[in-house]
Amino acid sequence: MTNLLSILPEVLLLALGVLILILDPFFKKETARRPFLGWVTAAGLLVALTMSLLFARPAAPVLLFGGMVRFDGMGFLFKMFFLFAAAVTALFFMDEEKLARRAEAYVLLLAATLGMCLMASAADLVMLYLAIETTSIPLYILAGFLRNDDKSTEAGFKYLLFGALTSAILLYGFSLIYGLTGKTNLYDLSLYFSNFTLISISITFLILAGLAFKISLFPFHFWAPDVYEGAPTPIAGFLSTASKAAGFAVLIRLLSATFIWVSADWSFILAILATLTMTVGNLIALAQKNVKRLLAYSSIAHAGYALVGVVAFMGWGLPSVIFYLIAYVLTNLLAFGVVSIVGRVTGSEEFPAYYGLSRRNAGLSLAALVAFLSLAGMPPFAGFVAKVFVFVSAVQSGWVWLAFVGVLNSIVGLYYYLNVLKYIYLYRMENQDEEQHPVPVSRPVTAALIVLVVGILLLGIVFGPWFGFATQAATALF
Amino acid sequence: MQFPFLSVIVFLPAAVALVILLYKPEWKKAIRWTALAAGLVALVLSFWVYFAYDKAAGGYQFIEKYDWMPMLGISLHFGVDGMSVPLILLTGVVMFTGVLISWGIEDRPREFFAFLFILASGVFGVFASLDLFMLFFFYEIAVFPMYLLIAIWGWVRTREYAAMKLTLYLFVGSVISLIGALVMYFTSGQHTFDMLVLATAQFTPEFQKTWFLPVFLGFAVLGGIFPFHNWSPDGHVAAPTAVSMFHAGVLMKLGAFAALRVGIMLLPEGAKFWSPLIMSLALVNIVYGAFIASVQTDFKYVIGFSSVSHMGLVAMGFATLNRDGMIGAGLQMFSHGVMTALFFAVVGMVYDRAHTREIPKLGGMVKPLPLPAIGLIVGSLVSMGMPGFSGFIAEFPIFRGIWGTERWWMAIIAAVSIVVTASYVLLVARKVFFGAMPAEFEGHISPINVFDKIALVLLMAFMIGIGLFPALMVPWVQTGVDRILALLGGA
Repeated sequence: MTNLLSILPEVLLLALGVLILILDPFFKKETARRPFLGWVTAAGLLVALTMSLLFARPAAPVLLFGGMVRFDGMGFLFKMFFLFAAAVTALFFMDEEKLARRAEAYVLLLAATLGMCLMASAADLVMLYLAIETTSIPLYILAGFLRNDDKSTEAGFKYLLFGALTSAILLYGFSLIYGLTGKTNLYDLSLYFSNFTLISISITFLILAGLAFKISLFPFHFWAPDVYEGAPTPIAGFLSTASKAAGFAVLIRLLSATFIWVSADWSFILAILATLTMTVGNLIALAQKNVKRLLAYSSIAHAGYALVGVVAFMGWGLPSVIFYLIAYVLTNLLAFGVVSIVGRVTGSEEFPAYYGLSRRNAGLSLAALVAFLSLAGMPPFAGFVAKVFVFVSAVQSGWVWLAFVGVLNSIVGLYYYLNVLKYIYLYRMENQDEEQHPVPVSRPVTAALIVLVVGILLLGIVFGPWFGFATQAATALF
Repeated sequence: MQFPFLSVIVFLPAAVALVILLYKPEWKKAIRWTALAAGLVALVLSFWVYFAYDKAAGGYQFIEKYDWMPMLGISLHFGVDGMSVPLILLTGVVMFTGVLISWGIEDRPREFFAFLFILASGVFGVFASLDLFMLFFFYEIAVFPMYLLIAIWGWVRTREYAAMKLTLYLFVGSVISLIGALVMYFTSGQHTFDMLVLATAQFTPEFQKTWFLPVFLGFAVLGGIFPFHNWSPDGHVAAPTAVSMFHAGVLMKLGAFAALRVGIMLLPEGAKFWSPLIMSLALVNIVYGAFIASVQTDFKYVIGFSSVSHMGLVAMGFATLNRDGMIGAGLQMFSHGVMTALFFAVVGMVYDRAHTREIPKLGGMVKPLPLPAIGLIVGSLVSMGMPGFSGFIAEFPIFRGIWGTERWWMAIIAAVSIVVTASYVLLVARKVFFGAMPAEFEGHISPINVFDKIALVLLMAFMIGIGLFPALMVPWVQTGVDRILALLGGA
């Protein structure tokens, strides 16, 4: 029974997907079906979330299903946030006409979420690879979902090509491990990696490359801006948050299971990667004129900040990474939600589309304010404490210079985030009266925005308990 | 358990800001009255805290402590001492008068008052926090609304530039201090951000010497210290009236205060070591600020640079590290706060009517605007340190403090600034308010409304009241200084 309970979120996700496929044909008229399926998906995800919280909380970490998954606090915490992110994304879907009308979109979303849940708990190379593919394939399709839109098609195709390539690299690394050790369970590999040989180093590089793509680390970040820009905005939001967090979950688990982190050289390599990722992401973001691309580069930079915590690793390192990811998932979902609404009304993601937004919809502008200030790392929003904790962990582990790099980067970040707020609050629409051009927000999206804003404030002000969860999750890794 | 005065003072403005944001944008009247009511409550509470503070007992009072994050040793720890309690009062006064002065804002008043109140919460929080982490938390909260307030409601010509410049300067300063604070946290080995505990951490002299400068200067950026003062005149000028008042009146104190709390009080050895450098920088502030102010033709820039000069006196007073200097600096923070708030209020009133701030183009405003004229004159007298006004009470001890150090000659140089200040403030007062009024303003200058009058009278009352009865503030500051001197080892 524990066995089944340990994968309760996955089981419920599958059941929900099937339910939606069954419900789909009953709603022939597109107008009637539109609101319904989205609500079902979101509500179903919330039910799954509550059920898991009530009945399927992990006790001591345990390997199940022949070592395929590890049922522990970290996997569980990540799963809960994937379910949450998927629920919010489903609500955002309802606003995009082409996504909302098709049951497939919701089912693919659920399938990707299922994959992510498995990624967070996979403890075996085979399981891990399957989980990553289960996540990626639906996302390839979703990125290219708007068939009549060239950009979306391009995004889907680009994502597929890059994704397939890095998947292959990752798989190659896995196969070398199996070939050399005869083992596939992550927790059996620690002995092998504690020896520093040429082959073990190259394998680590191969795996790192595969994961770097998932979390868009430098130099595997090139796909992100193009894909985010072309993909339907809610999908881009999902890609940049849940999918990235899942990548980090895998990275953290791999590092902790194989003890690679013990080596100072690997920490140093990761520190360099973090520096480059932050700096490149932020500097290129400065030059953007399209909010979606700006968010794409900013999300690259944020992967860098989170990686600072991974470098610190021990002490507050892992809890701070997990906290950072939670804060980042909420914040970026909100930012993409705003972009999605503006994009739907104005048909553009360029800066001029945002001119005068605060006069067109004051509430939406406040949501944007919360999102961008939280991204910039300003209190009382989640981004501030998240960043501070990451820097705390860096200073604690003796990486003072890395903390300085992070701090300097967040100054650059502040500049371009404030610029967006300037367009929203200060600039006026050209030769037009804003009162005549309101930006309406539908009910599901309003619900999602409110939940996210409240979440960001909660995380940013009452951060103690949340950091407690993150710490519990991190200690469950060992 | 007594009534949690400090928590209420700190969180009330933010709570009211949230309530205001729930109003409909069209309810402009309700928004203004709510803001005014909240400002009045904050003023009354801060008065209460000020007068209920037991100066015979000294030390930290009104202490409240709630565990916020025990794992990292973060707590919501409020308390005020003789140094911060006048600043709480100052914030209450400026917040209340700021609301009065902003009565006429027509463009999105809902957002304006909400941001202003979030800013106020941050400022109160910094003055009341005894926890280093929370101090940063509130410090940053006080920074970002500034950007929006200046960028949205500021002076069209320079607001974008000035707002961004100001925000980036302050952010850079604060994050550098933040790193210093984190290093202090880990070096102390106490696993707490509680400043009362950190003050007893016995950091080694080398550590203190290394980290004092980044921490002190990082905060002092907001105090306008040379060579990082550049943002401040631009920021003051671009900001709308109430925000300039808040900014010069309270926010710059925030920097000086945090530099004192975190820099000098936690790293006293470092402070002793670097005191000559800080004094020299402050001297540049004082003299250079005064000279630059005297050649400005823009009314608001005059006041902006005079703030740089006066805040230099505050930094100077702290850097003397002796009793007189510190008492003077503590008083100067309050005195300059109300004075500069008054100045900016008057500038705002003139500008709103004349639509220019070029001093040569103004004149004869005393007839339509008698009260602002009196206000400007009183402010000028305070500014030049005339006995009988609060400026004298504050500046005289500072000069005595400088005289008491090895670098007594600095007092002579700094005294030059008093002469320069007297010349330019009186000149400005004469040109703007007296003489012949240019023909184009004839009959166009409307009188100020009752809200403006209340604000002006309140601010003037403080300057004259403290000037005539120093006992209304000096004993408070003295108790605070005694504590600091104890940390400095009786130096």
